[in-house]
Amino acid sequence: MIVPIPDLTPVTPEIIMTVSAMVLLMLELIVKNKSIIAFLGIATAGAVFYVIPMSYGETFGGMFISDEFSAYFKFIFLINLVLTILISLKYIQRQKSNYGEYYSILLFATAGMMIMASAGDLIVLYLGLELMALSTYILAGIKRHDIKSNEAAIKYFLLGAFSSALLLYGISLIYGLTTTTNIYKIGEYLGEAGASPAVLLSMALIIAAFSFKIAAAPFHMWAPDVYQGAPTSITAFMSVGPKAAGFAVIVRVFYVAFAEVQADWTAILIGIAILTMAVGNIMAIAQTNIKRMLAYSSIAHAGYMLLGIIAGTQAAVEAMMVYILIYAFMNIGAFAIIILLERGDELKDYEGLAKAHPLIAAIMLVFMFSLIGIPPTAGFIGKFYLFKAAVDAGYTWLVVIAVIFSAISAYYYLRVVMNMYMKELKEEAPIYLTPSLGLAILITVLMVIIIGVMPSTVSG
Amino acid sequence: MEGLGYPILSTLIFLPIAGAIAILLIKRTAETFIKWTAFLISVITFILSLPLFIGFDKTTSEMQFTETHEWVPDWGIRYALGVDGISVLFVLLTTLLTVLCVTVSWNSIKEKIKEFYAALFLIEGAIIGVFSSLDLFLFYIFWEAMLIPMFLLIGVWGGPNRVYAAIKFFLYTLVGSLLMLVGIIVLYLNTGKTFDMLQMMAMNYPYAMQLMLFWAFFAAFAVKVPMFPVHTWLPDAHTEAPTAGSVILAGVLIKMGAYGFLRFSLPLFPEAAKDMAPVMMILSVIAIIYGGIICLAQTDLKRLIAYSSVSHMGFVTLGIFALNTQGIQGGILQMISHGVVTGALFLCIGMLYDKTHSRQIGDYGGVATVLPIYAAFFMVFTLAAIGLPGTSGFVGEFLVLIGGFTAWKLMGVLAATGIIIGAAYMLWLYQKVFFMDVNPKIEGHKDINIREIMTLLPLIVLVIWIGVYPNTFLSFMDVSVQNLIDRVNTAGMVEIETTQEVTEMPTEVIK
Repeated sequence: MIVPIPDLTPVTPEIIMTVSAMVLLMLELIVKNKSIIAFLGIATAGAVFYVIPMSYGETFGGMFISDEFSAYFKFIFLINLVLTILISLKYIQRQKSNYGEYYSILLFATAGMMIMASAGDLIVLYLGLELMALSTYILAGIKRHDIKSNEAAIKYFLLGAFSSALLLYGISLIYGLTTTTNIYKIGEYLGEAGASPAVLLSMALIIAAFSFKIAAAPFHMWAPDVYQGAPTSITAFMSVGPKAAGFAVIVRVFYVAFAEVQADWTAILIGIAILTMAVGNIMAIAQTNIKRMLAYSSIAHAGYMLLGIIAGTQAAVEAMMVYILIYAFMNIGAFAIIILLERGDELKDYEGLAKAHPLIAAIMLVFMFSLIGIPPTAGFIGKFYLFKAAVDAGYTWLVVIAVIFSAISAYYYLRVVMNMYMKELKEEAPIYLTPSLGLAILITVLMVIIIGVMPSTVSG
Repeated sequence: MEGLGYPILSTLIFLPIAGAIAILLIKRTAETFIKWTAFLISVITFILSLPLFIGFDKTTSEMQFTETHEWVPDWGIRYALGVDGISVLFVLLTTLLTVLCVTVSWNSIKEKIKEFYAALFLIEGAIIGVFSSLDLFLFYIFWEAMLIPMFLLIGVWGGPNRVYAAIKFFLYTLVGSLLMLVGIIVLYLNTGKTFDMLQMMAMNYPYAMQLMLFWAFFAAFAVKVPMFPVHTWLPDAHTEAPTAGSVILAGVLIKMGAYGFLRFSLPLFPEAAKDMAPVMMILSVIAIIYGGIICLAQTDLKRLIAYSSVSHMGFVTLGIFALNTQGIQGGILQMISHGVVTGALFLCIGMLYDKTHSRQIGDYGGVATVLPIYAAFFMVFTLAAIGLPGTSGFVGEFLVLIGGFTAWKLMGVLAATGIIIGAAYMLWLYQKVFFMDVNPKIEGHKDINIREIMTLLPLIVLVIWIGVYPNTFLSFMDVSVQNLIDRVNTAGMVEIETTQEVTEMPTEVIK
């Protein structure tokens, strides 16, 4: 019997990414200069970026779909990967974690996210998710001799395994009901057969599992500890990549497979969104560690992004996708500044920074105001686009709640600005500026300002 | 009106912003050079704004000096600027006060000089942007962007309690603004996906929506004005801000709120504005009387002037929501006058503070003996703040009282008592500080120098000019205000007939 070889074009980006990840793993044994491995990682991202537009199509009997939607998310993952590599270069040396596999695992994680974005089948989705998750568990714990990093990894692993179990339980339920794991066929089946309590249970389990990935309340508990314990470069990576991947699969699974029960999952997501915004923004106020604060801020931003899913229109989903891209730039930018400072983990480390390093303080100020959503920064454009779409879909009341929480959020972001500009410098604040880190900061701050001043770059 | 050869409003917005960037690039140690550059930028901006004063066509309510460019076509956002009789004077006031802010800060700002002037110019550009935007999105960008430099101005160069004041200012304003943002989005979606303000003004929105939007915009504007009961950020911000910050805050920034009522709340939601006018008038009168009474209990010079702003801005909102010609014209003139007079008072207090480093009224006494020229200047501004006939304060408050009385007699009467309280606290202040025995703490100080005199002189001229011949300024707004009132009156009901008859007469008396 001859097994026909399926069309491999749609998976080329993933193949390149995975093969490159494995090659890097081997190279690590021979190449002593880890920077070379890092640059090969960036080159891989460039190659993948180049082939994505040529890869549109379906393969493996509809289990894997490469379309514009997945391409956009892959674009975000690649930006996330490149920026992470740029900010990691010298930083992981300082952290005494300069292992070649660091970059290799980053590539694996990105491959996992790309598979998630393209998954047309719940099993493929699960494969991608696990590839991503296992890689990030390792990365969170890559500072092998640091207790906090170990704690972060084990916590992330345990809670992540728990959420994977929920997901599998949800998938098996829906498979039992519909005899298929194909997302589109599930949608068709439920469209004909209608909803049953078992479908709702399956949907609820899948929502819970995805909420873990995007760090939405009440499944956010892992985020602060993991963000604080993991190396800062990985925190930046995790705050964008897995979250974006989570949103990609939410869109595909809920709009296609669970289209029949949209009213039900919308109701659940509204509750989750409000709770997420509340928990994220209120808990962030009490933090003294900036990484923890940004963890809660990241939770809060997941809440805003959920508005795009809830609103349920084409424009709203697009707005959510734009928001993730903008969030990637401003958030990674903020983490890059944290990395730049020798001591930058605690809020008090920022006291008097404007006096010691006016330019760095000014850039951090741009990121903070962008995270609040003050014009003329990208953060405002993102919020505006999202709120516009949500009001258009009839969720004005939800938007009012969101803006009140974003006003609250101003308080904790302003504390960083306040420390930088309005407190006295206590001790020297040494910085570690390397060309790659400088480049990452330059890219992010320019994007935040350009998108803010010329929204046409994202409005189309 | 066109044909000046250059886009005047864009120049006024972006010249200061470019200036701010240029100043940031100058070497930190070249302090004198920084100051002179800042002075030059502010003066050039002011001179470039004068064509607005000279070339303004007073016979039309159309927007003038307009500029329109596509900005974000996908979202229906345009870069559209223009001024009419309501906004043009505020642009001029902004450019003038900025020059004075630069000169008064000459010696009093000693740290981070270039950042200070950069922040000042960013604020100037944003405020002019607010007053001249004809696109609601653009308006919001300027409205919010202004918060960043203002937050820094208060928080970095302010007094001892500056951080608290800066954060309070920021959060109060932000909550209001964000609610307005939701309102703006709702407006946008109901106006055929455009942010064009002129197109919105031609719309008639359903009453229920008008009411909702009125309150959403109210949240933003009332905080800015500030109206009772959301005024509590103002005393802190004004007191802690550096002199230039207080002048900008009191002079133009809080006018943005009242301007918002005139530009948006009245023409866009006329029926809701009409129905809510009594509530607004009551809040205004509370602000007038309550603000005045609190002034009597102040021991801090700046705080006293800050609370007097609450009282004076109460007159402005009272005039606006009287919804008749005298009321609105009086409100606008009162804003200009208050910008000049309170700006001047903050400048004066700043000059005194530079010498003595105290803002406590108890630390003074007999200043008139030690600093006679200074005392004379302060006297004129004090009288203008009280509203003495012949000064700018009188004309505005008088028109507002006529308007208020016409609309609702009781409110007119109550507001008039505010003037008496005003006289009480200002004269009491003047007596304690300038007369009585010379306090040893202030002996031996030099009188104000020529730079300081030149800073105050233009404002004295304006105080007398507005007081003696207000028609120069009233003539700018005549047509635009009439147009606005017609718009409010023709929307929906017929009940305004009665006030319409009385309208013409008292304006003529003033002229």
